[in-house]
Amino acid sequence: MSILIDEKTKVIVQGITGRDGSFHAGQMKDYGTNVVGGVTPGKGGQEVHGIPVFNAVAEAKDQTGANAAVIYVPAKFAKAAILEDIAAGIELIICISEGLPVLDMVEVRRVMKGKNIRLVGPNCPGVISPGKCKIGIMPGHIHKPGPIGVVSRSGTLTYEVVYNLSINDIGQTSCVGLGGDPIIGTRFIDVLELFMKDDDTKGIVMVGEIGGEDEQKAAEYIKKEVTKPIVGFIAGRTAPTGKRMGHAGAIISGGDSTAEAKRNILMDAGVTVVDIPDEIPAFFKEKLK
Amino acid sequence: MKIHEYQATELFRKAGVPVVSGAVATDVSQALKIADETGYPVVLKSQVLVGGRGKAGGIKVVKDKQELETAFAQLLKLEIKGYPVEKILVVGAINIKKEFYTAIAVDGTNDDVVLIASAEGGVEIEETAKTNPDAIKKYYLQGSPQIDQARWPDFISSVFSTPELQKQGTKVFESLIKVFFDNDCSIAEINPLVIDDKGVMYAADAKINFDDNALSRHEGLADMRDMRYEDPDELEAKEKDLSFVKLDGNVGCIVNGAGLAMATMDIIKLLGGSPANFLDVGGSSSPEKVLNALSIILRNKEVKAILINIFGGITRCDDIANGILEAKKQLDIPVPLAVRLTGTNETEAKAILSKAGIETYSTMREAVNKVVELAK
Repeated sequence: MSILIDEKTKVIVQGITGRDGSFHAGQMKDYGTNVVGGVTPGKGGQEVHGIPVFNAVAEAKDQTGANAAVIYVPAKFAKAAILEDIAAGIELIICISEGLPVLDMVEVRRVMKGKNIRLVGPNCPGVISPGKCKIGIMPGHIHKPGPIGVVSRSGTLTYEVVYNLSINDIGQTSCVGLGGDPIIGTRFIDVLELFMKDDDTKGIVMVGEIGGEDEQKAAEYIKKEVTKPIVGFIAGRTAPTGKRMGHAGAIISGGDSTAEAKRNILMDAGVTVVDIPDEIPAFFKEKLK
Repeated sequence: MKIHEYQATELFRKAGVPVVSGAVATDVSQALKIADETGYPVVLKSQVLVGGRGKAGGIKVVKDKQELETAFAQLLKLEIKGYPVEKILVVGAINIKKEFYTAIAVDGTNDDVVLIASAEGGVEIEETAKTNPDAIKKYYLQGSPQIDQARWPDFISSVFSTPELQKQGTKVFESLIKVFFDNDCSIAEINPLVIDDKGVMYAADAKINFDDNALSRHEGLADMRDMRYEDPDELEAKEKDLSFVKLDGNVGCIVNGAGLAMATMDIIKLLGGSPANFLDVGGSSSPEKVLNALSIILRNKEVKAILINIFGGITRCDDIANGILEAKKQLDIPVPLAVRLTGTNETEAKAILSKAGIETYSTMREAVNKVVELAK
């Protein structure tokens, strides 16, 4: 098993005729993802890597039976792209676009309320269930099917973690990049819940960073509900207060949002917190013997 | 992005938040003119973007022309946390009977915008939050700039005791909400919101931060930036699509991705070194970006060695390798480099660099150990 996506997932790519959208549509298709269509307003009827392009999400969904969408459009069009997916009843939306205004996400979250829709991102690398389906921008070849679930607020740091697992012959059920913005569609708790319900996931890695309170909320949940071995890493121990460290959400604004505070809270909740990502494989070698 | 009190006051005024009459002055003749219009006594408020202005002596109340001249000259000589005072807001003094704290901010944890108010005054709102959390009242906007008539009466009556104050307070909050949404703020704060001896409510201070991601959709907001508070290297990096923050150490870093860049700094520290900067070259890096990144880092004379840590995904390792060679040609690089490349086109990249006599590493730990040793 895996979470969120698998070989049955049918994906449409929003912004497929753009530079990033076109490149990654090809990469996803090569990986084996069932990319059934693309959407760019005004470019319906074209093809990109043999994938049919439609003018609107609703049309693409009708024609292809898509149940997931991935968004590569520029930030200023991303809110409209997400809202179009919600209106069309797409169940899983993965937004790669970076730089969305926060109030756009406040509106998206308001519209999503009460609807059975899952949004991952924005400003995230996407989701991969190794060997089955890849939706996003991560390099597919570093992943490997296996028993570990990975959830992270980062992109390349996640690759670093996954790479260390894979070269030590520890594969992954699914890897989820939550995104580095202050308001996102899916948080640690949501993914931890899914990993707990997935019988094939035998262990969990969570990669957090400075800023916000998501790691604290996750710690409360972990204390009560997480019975699988879980290891964590928190980036930003050397980050100065008040400075935005690349990600819009990665800013220390008070005592609780520092890396040390988050490390301590996670350790209190029973998470093994490592200092360097290459220490993660040893944890699972011990726990999953 | 932060703006000054006088700029925020202007946005408040336009939206209908009651503000004290006055204006900003850069010389004493302007200040005297403003004071004549508002009438004495007036308050002189140094315009700086750092906290602790009051404690540093940056606010003065004057009762006549003579006092104003003396105080104004003193303030212009003042430096607050290293920032000289250049502009002074001159406003009429108020007889304050009661102070409130109020702010609107993005609440990431609840995916919403929240209005916060406290009748406990607001000098140390963080302190109140800890010692007396019940004194802080919250109203969630549920994503909407329109107040919800069903929830509003409970909120407003929990903050203000009399119908008259509730009426004034509602107007202040509605206007503040308008400022917040119309300008894509990340925070809009009035601290303190005051009631004078005639029972009239005023914003006696104004603070606004804008959402950097939304600046481009509002004409004129980006022009309000005070360049004196910006690090020129950080600004230049931003223009070149790099994310850069200067730190105190001596190991320069160039990394792709913000999370990995932070982790790289942390591990340098753990393994006995000290990072000189945060630098994220972003995805899809071109050789030119490496050149730009190196030239910014090399301006810092403290830097004794540079670590380039790349996990290739969309970023191609050979692009990075070519960028390093190009930089070697164009720049004088007086410090040693340690290069770690993993992922997309790693083999090609390593071949390019080894031909040029640059050693590469496959793991972050090896490369960090090396660079820490090189910087000693």
